[in-house]
Amino acid sequence: MATTKRPTSPHLQIYKWGPHMTLSILHRASGVALGAGTLFLAWWLIALASGPEAYDQFLTFMGSIVGKIFLMGFTLSLMLHLCNGVRHLFWDMGMGFEVETTARTNMLVFLGAAVLTALSWVIGYGLI
Amino acid sequence: MAEFRLPANSKVKKGKYFKAADGATNVRKFNIYRWNEDDGENPRVDTYEVDMDKCGPMVLDGLIKIKNEIDPTLTFRRSCREGVCGSCAMNVAGTNTLACTKANDEIKGDINIYPLPHMEVVKDLVTDLTHFYAQYSSIKPWMQTVSPTPSGAERLQSPEDRAKLDGLYECVLCASCSTSCPSYWWNSDKYLGPAVLLQAYRWLIDSRDEATGERLDDLEDPFRLYRCHTIMNCTNTCPKGLNPAKAIAEIKKMMVERQG
Repeated sequence: MATTKRPTSPHLQIYKWGPHMTLSILHRASGVALGAGTLFLAWWLIALASGPEAYDQFLTFMGSIVGKIFLMGFTLSLMLHLCNGVRHLFWDMGMGFEVETTARTNMLVFLGAAVLTALSWVIGYGLI
Repeated sequence: MAEFRLPANSKVKKGKYFKAADGATNVRKFNIYRWNEDDGENPRVDTYEVDMDKCGPMVLDGLIKIKNEIDPTLTFRRSCREGVCGSCAMNVAGTNTLACTKANDEIKGDINIYPLPHMEVVKDLVTDLTHFYAQYSSIKPWMQTVSPTPSGAERLQSPEDRAKLDGLYECVLCASCSTSCPSYWWNSDKYLGPAVLLQAYRWLIDSRDEATGERLDDLEDPFRLYRCHTIMNCTNTCPKGLNPAKAIAEIKKMMVERQG
């Protein structure tokens, strides 16, 4: 009869990390970030409805470094969640499960999110 | 709530060091997880220097050599040594695989060997698979029929229907995929895990089975099936090259399709 409690074998501590795992956890994290970011969207709309002073406050915050980092994070979260979400739609149709395919789509999602984020900032600033 | 850190009794300590015999020129280090219930100590990682010139090509050959020649207390499961029994599933170089089909040459640096992740350890590399087998039994892994058996004949299947079982029947239930899955790590009490769900799909898609509806009813549950978030560790780790993630996706599709 065992007197000592059996240990749990190591898991996160030893498992080899891969891009597919990064994307999986980032999909969840970006979803949470988007949920939180929606509060700022609400703030924007409320400020817009409350008149010039309130709107000015909002603009000051969003124009600050912190605000810009916030907005950059929000855009990146949005694009990552969008691109990975599209991949999830294919998965839901039973497509793209092969090891080589997922390795490729991992990179596509990362690339897509980066490009779309950069593009929205370039367009947003009227650079093109 | 998932516990991401190891409990106090499971923290891994540094272990003993076994030097190779003098004169060995082609030495590699095997770092192996050790635990036994008798000494009351925490798990540790022992390091064994192995003379690769006198060792077979596979990770299992290394383990057997260590047990035979260096440390007979080292405990692990093995049987067929050719990837059909599923006994020697363990975590090698960070991913779950069968020690008998994983070549030492495929691994860079030291050969790190741990038991299947997030399982109760019985001794060294041996984990308790009782719950895993109970989950397997819960999906009723046998053919269920209501129609009478054809007299003097077998239940026949067209070659096309038989082909649907390819990529499913080869599973040896080694538990590599299930124990690679973070969802299974955190929720194995309720989530069936990739191996058992692949088996569930094997019976769902069998043209001779007549319990498809009941099988789907049993899986229609926020945890048993839907804890799969397509992390893809299962498919990436399967030592038989099968695709549990796709099998799970096919079950999810069947759930939607039957709603009409």
